[in-house]
Amino acid sequence: MYRKIVVPIDLAHVDRMEGAIAMAADLAKLYGATVCYLGATTPTPSSVAHTPEEYKQKLADFAENEARAHGQDVTTHVILSHDPTATLDDDLVKAVDEMGADLVVMATHVPHIGDRIWASNGGNLARRTKASVCLVRATGEASARNNKTEQ
Amino acid sequence: MATQDETDMGIPLPEGASDMIDTDYTIGQDNIETQIGPFGLDIHNPVFLISGLSVVIFVLYALIAPAQAAEFFGWLRPALTSTFDGFFLTAANIFVIFCLLLIVSPYGSVRLGGADATPDYGYLGWFAMLFAAGMGIGLMFFGVLEPAYYFGTPWGDEPLGTVRPFAEDGTLIAANVEEAKRMALAATSYHWALHPWAIYAVVALALALFSYNKGLPLSIRSAFYPILGERVWGWWGHVIDIVAVFATLFGLATSLGLGAQQANAGLEYVYGIPSSVTAQVVLIVLITLLALISVLRGLDGGVKVLSEINMVLAIGLLLFVLFTAGAVGIFTDFFATLMAYGHEILPLSNPIGRSDDGYREGWTAFYWAWWISWSPFVGMFIARVSRGRTVREFLTCVLIIPSLVCIFWMTVFGGTAINDMIANVDASAVKANVIDTYSPELSLFAMLDSLPLASITSTLGIILVIVFFVTSSDSGSLVIDTITAGGKIDAPVPQRVFWCTFEGLVAIALLIGGGLGSLQAMVISTGLPFTIVLLLMCFAIFRGLQSELRA
Repeated sequence: MYRKIVVPIDLAHVDRMEGAIAMAADLAKLYGATVCYLGATTPTPSSVAHTPEEYKQKLADFAENEARAHGQDVTTHVILSHDPTATLDDDLVKAVDEMGADLVVMATHVPHIGDRIWASNGGNLARRTKASVCLVRATGEASARNNKTEQ
Repeated sequence: MATQDETDMGIPLPEGASDMIDTDYTIGQDNIETQIGPFGLDIHNPVFLISGLSVVIFVLYALIAPAQAAEFFGWLRPALTSTFDGFFLTAANIFVIFCLLLIVSPYGSVRLGGADATPDYGYLGWFAMLFAAGMGIGLMFFGVLEPAYYFGTPWGDEPLGTVRPFAEDGTLIAANVEEAKRMALAATSYHWALHPWAIYAVVALALALFSYNKGLPLSIRSAFYPILGERVWGWWGHVIDIVAVFATLFGLATSLGLGAQQANAGLEYVYGIPSSVTAQVVLIVLITLLALISVLRGLDGGVKVLSEINMVLAIGLLLFVLFTAGAVGIFTDFFATLMAYGHEILPLSNPIGRSDDGYREGWTAFYWAWWISWSPFVGMFIARVSRGRTVREFLTCVLIIPSLVCIFWMTVFGGTAINDMIANVDASAVKANVIDTYSPELSLFAMLDSLPLASITSTLGIILVIVFFVTSSDSGSLVIDTITAGGKIDAPVPQRVFWCTFEGLVAIALLIGGGLGSLQAMVISTGLPFTIVLLLMCFAIFRGLQSELRA
């Protein structure tokens, strides 16, 4: 039913990604689909990586670990954005469509009042892309608050 | 000073050879990342809080005690410019010499972002953003005013004490006209060419180098790593960043105040809308709203697009003035001004043994403090869009080309205004509004009046002022947002909304609290400490490039 599953990854908050990653792996096995991790970074140094090259490498390493854990291949794709605060929504839609994904499995938060003004990244993606979108809530607020950075 | 092999850290080389700084500091480690109601926050502790609180306190002070604020800043400004004029002049000279030497030195071949990095922006978009952020409103405000003022000043502000073209009774002294015009254009060019752009270039180069090549956060403190080492992540760095936020905020507030007054004066001159503080406050609110839309659309979709629109409009106005005022004569003037600039730059930049206090202290020292107070903002903005250029390419494009463009702009607008004053001594609107009664905000519109289609071009002038105003405000908000987020450029949206709104509020508070005088004085006082910061930056750049060349 699905051939290409895209999983948007925020390397600064990988602890919030676990649910989405596990579900993507299960669905990929069920449908025999490929999985691609989609990351976004900036030309300037960030909390995750000093350069875009370093970010690509870190995302690839992360994907390799997850692939080993779930026993399947995972590819990666990196978006380079000058101003992710403003353009991440558009960048995600564009990347998902360009990659020809038919399912996006994405971590998201429990909705709050702010989402009525600005939809979450996941909500926005569901509204604007042709692919199916599955939004996965973080398991327990406690783990979401505990943002250890992977350095 | 760390120089070491990245392979030890498991980090690949950044797009070709580069010499990363090895520090234990993680970008964002001091940040407070939380959720207040519906708003996500990701702010640097304590830079965001101290800068934000001080701004609130300052705004309150200006609102509660406007007379006292006006009196204090009214005293501060002349005190600083007359005491530290030599320091400002000397420092600016050092920046120019430093940049020119870097262009011709082997360090010029270092590429920002690593040896194999490619530029993020094409030349046109890049230039548009440089100009819109760096000089936009200033070019509109001073393009006619400054050359006309130097040419005819009856207040003893002649650059280098040059001759006056007008006799006491207002008649022309034919023998002095050529020399007065030559010196007026040269002295204006001095304030708008190599020196200001060198000031911007120093900050921009330091930030780009230490961010893209050394892997440090995009924040002013990063440039001090070679001097302060790990201490830049502590209070030393906090203070530097807080001063930078202050300088940016007050620098922007000056430009917002100037812009609102000029737009208001233009509206009165062209459409008869009365000039008042209320109207100016309405203008600031309107422009802040436009800037908000722009920051929400982001760097590529907002700031860059607006800058390009602005560049097209400005070129349109420039070409119109050029051709209606006589292109051949202006091109002759342009080359004459270039010659005069080259000839007079040494005497004009000499800080000692001069008696032209009105010009040197009132104009040059003020300008240098003004550019320097803008430099964290413009420099950081230039750094953000300059990845992938070599140091030589970067300095040529940030120093030499903008200088030529600015001299050309000043020749077109100022030269036209001076020619009008010479040709119509009795009827010139420029002379009436600059020399006979000093109404600086009307100077541009007075000059446009002497040309055909004045109502159309004046409207274009007002639109340009407003859009330049918006482009400064939005790019400034992005810069302050980045500094107060500890170098992160992906901080949540409400933060940039907060800073953009506060810039507008500070501008309004200063306008009500004491008008332009307090605005200018505020800028001068933040420019002074930052001059020292910039001098140290030159040394840091030198050290950074040294290690880069070895890589």
